[in-house]
Amino acid sequence: MLEVRNLTKNFGGIAAVNNVSFTIGAEGNKGEIVGLIGPNGAGKTTLINVITGVHPATSGDIFFEGRDITKQKPWQCARSGLARTFQIVQPFPAMTVLENVTAGALFSGGASNKLDAERIALGHLEFVGLAHEAQRLASTLTLPSRKKLELAKSLAMNPRVLMLDEVNAGLNTGEIDKALELMNAIAASGITILIVEHLMKVVFSLCQKVLVLHHGELIAEGAPREVAKDAKVVEAYLGHKFASKLQKMDAGASSNV
Amino acid sequence: MLQALANGLMLGGLYACIAVGFSLVWGVLNIINMMYGSLIIFAGYITYFIWYGTKLTPIVLLLPVTIAMFVFGYLLQYLVINRVVKRPVLTTLTLTFGLDMILYNFMNSFFEATPRRISLNWGSFTIADIVLPIDRLVAMALAFILTFLLYLLLRASKVGRAIVAVRMDRDAASLMGIQIPQIYAITFGLGAAMAGACGVLFAVAFPVTTNISGLLLGKAFVICVIGGLGSVPGALIGGLALGLIESFGSHWFGPQNAITIGFVLMLILLMVRPTGLLGVKGYE
Amino acid sequence: MNKSITAFLVVFISLAAMPFIADNYFVKLATFIAMYSALALSWNFIGGFTGYPSFATAAFIGLGSYAGAILQNAGINLIIAWVLASIITIIFAAFLGFAILRVKGHYFAVGSIAVVELLRLITSSWSSFTGGGDGLNVKIMEGGPDFAGRVFLYAMLAVMLLAFLTTLWVDRSKFGFGLKAIKQNEDAADMVGINVTVYKIAAFSLSAVFCGTVGAIYASWIGYIAPVDAFSIITTLKVPVMVLLGGEGTVFGPVLGALVFVLLEESVWAHFLEANQAILGLVIVFLIFFLPGGILKINYRKLLAKIQGVKGA
Repeated sequence: MLEVRNLTKNFGGIAAVNNVSFTIGAEGNKGEIVGLIGPNGAGKTTLINVITGVHPATSGDIFFEGRDITKQKPWQCARSGLARTFQIVQPFPAMTVLENVTAGALFSGGASNKLDAERIALGHLEFVGLAHEAQRLASTLTLPSRKKLELAKSLAMNPRVLMLDEVNAGLNTGEIDKALELMNAIAASGITILIVEHLMKVVFSLCQKVLVLHHGELIAEGAPREVAKDAKVVEAYLGHKFASKLQKMDAGASSNV
Repeated sequence: MLQALANGLMLGGLYACIAVGFSLVWGVLNIINMMYGSLIIFAGYITYFIWYGTKLTPIVLLLPVTIAMFVFGYLLQYLVINRVVKRPVLTTLTLTFGLDMILYNFMNSFFEATPRRISLNWGSFTIADIVLPIDRLVAMALAFILTFLLYLLLRASKVGRAIVAVRMDRDAASLMGIQIPQIYAITFGLGAAMAGACGVLFAVAFPVTTNISGLLLGKAFVICVIGGLGSVPGALIGGLALGLIESFGSHWFGPQNAITIGFVLMLILLMVRPTGLLGVKGYE
Repeated sequence: MNKSITAFLVVFISLAAMPFIADNYFVKLATFIAMYSALALSWNFIGGFTGYPSFATAAFIGLGSYAGAILQNAGINLIIAWVLASIITIIFAAFLGFAILRVKGHYFAVGSIAVVELLRLITSSWSSFTGGGDGLNVKIMEGGPDFAGRVFLYAMLAVMLLAFLTTLWVDRSKFGFGLKAIKQNEDAADMVGINVTVYKIAAFSLSAVFCGTVGAIYASWIGYIAPVDAFSIITTLKVPVMVLLGGEGTVFGPVLGALVFVLLEESVWAHFLEANQAILGLVIVFLIFFLPGGILKINYRKLLAKIQGVKGA
């Protein structure tokens, strides 16, 4: 489980992440899917970057499975069981799809050698539905396939907590539905997911808990429906139109009962 | 001690001018022009030979040489270098390295490496024990003026602002309708022009020889690392800093060790703050 | 993979057989080919596999030369001096790598060139230790030119073989896989669990060790070293060009590039001494425009189709 305490990150005088604290995947909550939402520039990606060691934290602590990982570099976090995908996908372009995922299995996933890693990689490729493209160069993939590749790569790393950064951006409705299936399946296998998302439909259908970030601060935390009604959240991000639509939906639902 | 300070400042002005063209090309095109030192010396040789033949004051040659070098640089970029602008660092660096070999060899064969000194006999000022050779003073003054002119060009002219836009964000600039290959060519031409101008000024105050073309290039590197890429103020600070470092270094450790100190400083800076004192992050 | 090994063996055996089939001139040429093959294979670790454009080759060669020469002059046995010189070089490279591998691209390239220059300047001024600008003499091997020629040929061949075997190992290993990942996307490599810093320093050190050995052997072979030749900017440029010529990041490419380059040098521009550098420059320009991936990466099928298309038209 991942616990963040009073985490702050300053970039030249601006607090991109400001005194953020939360816990996900705690005992009894393994396999929970937590949404991380907020307007653009709220600091969501920065938060993930700080947690995984891409940027050093200015102050605060990060605990993963009880261990202090505040000062760890990305590769150490990866090997500890904390994986993340990038908002703009970051494959190894000149390598094949299989090699990309093999890298994940080999360097963090505990595979004992390259052959073993390839076997594990194929399994994950099948899971996301990319096995038939195993020999294609990563640079030739379409966007949805690249997102699947990114997902497969991080799964191959054998994570206990997986942080997905806008994994649905650029996908159409059908593709998003498929992605939701995958994510539910991942969570069902015991992996806790933190998902940065802009699509409320995804957040509502997927997440048990939602964290709301605004100007680097955590302004709300709770079940999706409660958070969506929180005045601060409506003001900062969701907007009144959405809030009233939600109210109508709720009213309609309760009247049908 | 004060002499060292004066020497440093006089060198610094010239150095700043030398580095600013190099820094601009590196900052805007993300290309290190390994020919830079040789271009300076080439202009220096042209200046020398014209002076030798006609006894014309070299200052007069400033404008024609600068323009000629601009055209040369523009064509070189447009026809040759443009084709590799998008390739990795190794490719572009090796290419300009190779082009430099050609120019260097050419100069060695036709001009020979023996140092050529334009003897102007302008004498020197002496203020309170400090000797200020007039040729160096003139070179420094003109160097500052040229640097300032370039700064104005970049700030105030349409082309200049386009260049700065490309430096800041090439894709955004292109989306705004700026023709990138054209800007690249102009910038490279400007770089060559500055090299040419510096060559003329250099020839006024120092002996010209191919032996130091590499050294001048090295100094341009150091200045870029100290002062940051693509900015005139950066080149100015870097140039003055290097001038002073060399001057004092030479005073305390001996002239042969002066540039060594510069290199050591550059390596240290690369470790701790590669983008320099005023540099823009993101350029490699 | 097996094609690379076969090709290498063909070259290797031809070179090794030289003393038995040709005269001293060819033995010397073979020694140079072996030497540059070792240097090119070395550069390939940091430049080809890892994608960091290093121009530090001459720094390692020069360091090895001087270390070897000074040790030899102090009375140490030839081979031990070579080994010690290699060790000194690899330690230097590890420290240097720690310092400059923090930056990439141009900054790294410029830093590596600066190191070559710096070492040259230091060697030139530290005359008491290194003989300064006048250079250093090393005892010439006894036994006559034929014997010495063979010793140095086989010494260079040994280094070439070691470098090749190391390349084979790196290419197939987890380490090599990690390096290739770093080359393509360093941030993603970090994120996937690769300790990028350690991997880079290891690659850089590997790229140095054989250069140091070559330098030490070279010093013993020629019997004389001076700063300007030991830390030669031309050499530090030639080696990456050889690898680019053959095909960087491949296993056999560096050897092929070294072979072609040295033969070209011998046959063409040894006759145009004055235009040496210019011809090198022209070769580079030609290489970059017409052989962007090197000889091994030419799309021969496309080329053949083009030629056939022209013939048919």
